[in-house]
Amino acid sequence: MTKDLIEDIDEYEEDTQKDKYLTFQVDEESYGIAIGIVTEIIGIQPITQVPELPEYIRGIINLRGKIIPVMDVRMRFKMDFKEYNDRTCIIVIEVKDMSVGLIVDSVSDVLNIPEEEVVLPPELQKKSNKYIEAIGKVDRSIVLILDCDKLLRDEDYTKIKEIEKDEE
Amino acid sequence: MSELFSNASMLEMYIFETTQLIEQLENIILEVEKTNAQDEDYVNEIFRIMHTIKGSSAMMLFDSISNLAHSIEDLFYFIRDQKPTNINNSNLCDLIFEAIDFIKVELAKLKSGDKPDEDSSQLALKIKEFLLVLKEDNPDTGDIIRPKSEAKKQYYIAPDLKRETSATKYYFANIKFEKGCDMENIRAYTVINNLKNVSEDLINIPEDIIEDDKADYIKVNGFDVYIKSKSGEKEIIELLNKTPFLENIDFRNIENGEGEELFKKPDTIVLEKEIKYPKVETQEEKAEEKVSAPSHSAQNVISVSVPKLDQLMDLVGEMVIAEAMVTQNPDLEDLELENFSKSARQLRKITNELQDIVMSIRMVPLSTTFLKMYRIVRDISKKQKKEVELQLIGEETEVDKNIIEHIGDPLMHLIRNAVDHGIEDGDTREAKGKNRAGKITLEAKNVGSDVLILIKDDGKGLNRDKLIEKGIEKGLIDKDPEELSDKEVYNLILNPGFSTKENVTEFSGRGVGMDVVVKNLEEIGGSIVVDSAEDKGTVITLKIPLTLAIIDGMNVRVGTSRYTIPIMNVKESFRPVKEQLIKDPDGNEMIMLRGRSHTIYRLHQLYNVETEIKDLTEGILVVVEQNERTSCILVDELLGQQPVVVKALPNYIKSTKNIKGLGGCTLLGDGSISLILDVNGIEYI
Repeated sequence: MTKDLIEDIDEYEEDTQKDKYLTFQVDEESYGIAIGIVTEIIGIQPITQVPELPEYIRGIINLRGKIIPVMDVRMRFKMDFKEYNDRTCIIVIEVKDMSVGLIVDSVSDVLNIPEEEVVLPPELQKKSNKYIEAIGKVDRSIVLILDCDKLLRDEDYTKIKEIEKDEE
Repeated sequence: MSELFSNASMLEMYIFETTQLIEQLENIILEVEKTNAQDEDYVNEIFRIMHTIKGSSAMMLFDSISNLAHSIEDLFYFIRDQKPTNINNSNLCDLIFEAIDFIKVELAKLKSGDKPDEDSSQLALKIKEFLLVLKEDNPDTGDIIRPKSEAKKQYYIAPDLKRETSATKYYFANIKFEKGCDMENIRAYTVINNLKNVSEDLINIPEDIIEDDKADYIKVNGFDVYIKSKSGEKEIIELLNKTPFLENIDFRNIENGEGEELFKKPDTIVLEKEIKYPKVETQEEKAEEKVSAPSHSAQNVISVSVPKLDQLMDLVGEMVIAEAMVTQNPDLEDLELENFSKSARQLRKITNELQDIVMSIRMVPLSTTFLKMYRIVRDISKKQKKEVELQLIGEETEVDKNIIEHIGDPLMHLIRNAVDHGIEDGDTREAKGKNRAGKITLEAKNVGSDVLILIKDDGKGLNRDKLIEKGIEKGLIDKDPEELSDKEVYNLILNPGFSTKENVTEFSGRGVGMDVVVKNLEEIGGSIVVDSAEDKGTVITLKIPLTLAIIDGMNVRVGTSRYTIPIMNVKESFRPVKEQLIKDPDGNEMIMLRGRSHTIYRLHQLYNVETEIKDLTEGILVVVEQNERTSCILVDELLGQQPVVVKALPNYIKSTKNIKGLGGCTLLGDGSISLILDVNGIEYI
């Protein structure tokens, strides 16, 4: 009896996070990340620059004594830098024991996107959709669901560097 | 045994460490059982754990635990080296769990102040038999091995039998095994153990029959055993005849008188009542004094998980900032608030004190760890009949608690190695013209932004040729040995499973020690360097990084960025005048200072920081020195000097790029982040 109850509770807790996505705005698009990896959302903070890093890693911030790096998602997607304003937010996520802050234009909502409304992205030849894990349909609009693991991985950076070199 | 409890802090440490290790072991075994996989890492890990438990238990004279650990270590030594494919995993796990439970019970006894008096020999025997079967196993057969049931059958003589025959008799037996049966020492041990069930007392020659090096002796000479027993001659012969691979028993009765003489106990190991510890007042000692009647169960040290301390420190840091935000709130400016400022002062005083305390909780002098080494040196040198003197230097050096936990084990291994392998015995030393007593120096010091721990011995040093030979044998050298530098050769000993010592002793010699050392150091981002000169001795240097250590720093500003330069690197700072500056044709800037020229590094150029001060005569030059090299760093202005807590850069950044010239970062009083410069790295940008 008690065992069943505990299982129920476990299931319930899992349920509350399942299919829930935090959506945010970068440029015109709406992006989503699984709510489970989001630690918190904070307003823009003073950022300490760290030299020699790729441009999209803006630096580090002091989050209540914890020092975490922040990444500008716009610049990660190779869009132009946009001045931060009071709508700008930092979404703190934790992936593989690493806390990273994502700077986004604005945070929209927490949406429930059931599994059947989520489809895989089209296989484009271009590598433009490499950070997009899936596409979720919400009413008439769509949300691009990000693969945060890929977003953080730096292999891309080295690859980009190589390509840039080749192009030169 | 009474002496054993006189050193409560050591016992406490032992319990704490062993408990942790056992927990770790349990998790590993659970994992192994679950996945049914024999990962090499797991085997190594188990081996390491048992090795450590063996060593520390032997040091505390808890022989039963030490023996048990030794037998498991033997088992995994075999598994690690021979990689047998047909191990019965579940049996193995059962066996190890049994051992874990045994040690747990013993630890519980120790905690409550009792003696760990359970006899582990039965269990150790089981493990040895498991190993034996494993070794004999035909590699083709799948899973076999049921050593336990067989083993138990052999103890068929009930204790009652002892009482039936009243007269005590003495016997002598010389037992030889068939040629090529291997593991003679363990077979002999089995026999002895079986005999123990039917006899009152036993003397076996050679002693310590279980030691690996005794196998050869037994192979040639067999082994002798004197038995004092109430059982009849027939029974004992019958029992002995059951021994597998038996070649020959030479059995005879001994006259009672002669027998009694034999069994007269020599005064076994008389322990010195006092060990001379230099009086260093450690925190634990202080704490002990306060407790009026120290009972063994009273724990005056509680272990707090370090993450909790980290959290506490972060919170306090935040509070300091919050306090500044409140008391220096712009809204309060120009207001006359006498009572408020009074309370604010009080608040500041308390927060400062709190901060100091939290900081000091984490910082522990090395002396506790260092003092432990006296005992280790004493024990090993006594057992090996070597004269060794241990000298401690700089044990008051404070390091972070985190670091202490990680260097305890490595230090123990290194010291053991130094005594066991490094220092020669007295006669050899005299022949070499050295002082009869060997000398080991354990030294700690702050160097630059690191803490260095040096373990020096004046023993025989490392032999290049031997190391290379062994390295090739183990497949660790993949290029021409002639091309290897001395340092490379010496560092071979850091590999797992590398040992040049032929005999495995209770203390060291399986090449597992150095392996542990490297692993533990890597965890805290430290490094190890081995240097040696044959017949002069060996120096092992542990370099512990500044992570979490508190350093005195000079805060400087460039544009809007803040940087902290470790104060020990700073020689002077000044505003240069035009006449001192030189520019060479390549555009390198230099400055002439008291007849010597120094390179100038512009921080804003190096790190691409925007600043208005680009003219050297408007900025400040900080003269820094590292490894006897001086250079100048151009900054906008000096902000002041303060102790800072070093924090590592976030993992994400470290994994993205290894930034040269940065040693970490720190939080300043106003909550902003300052990057700590690693002066050594600046030159390589």
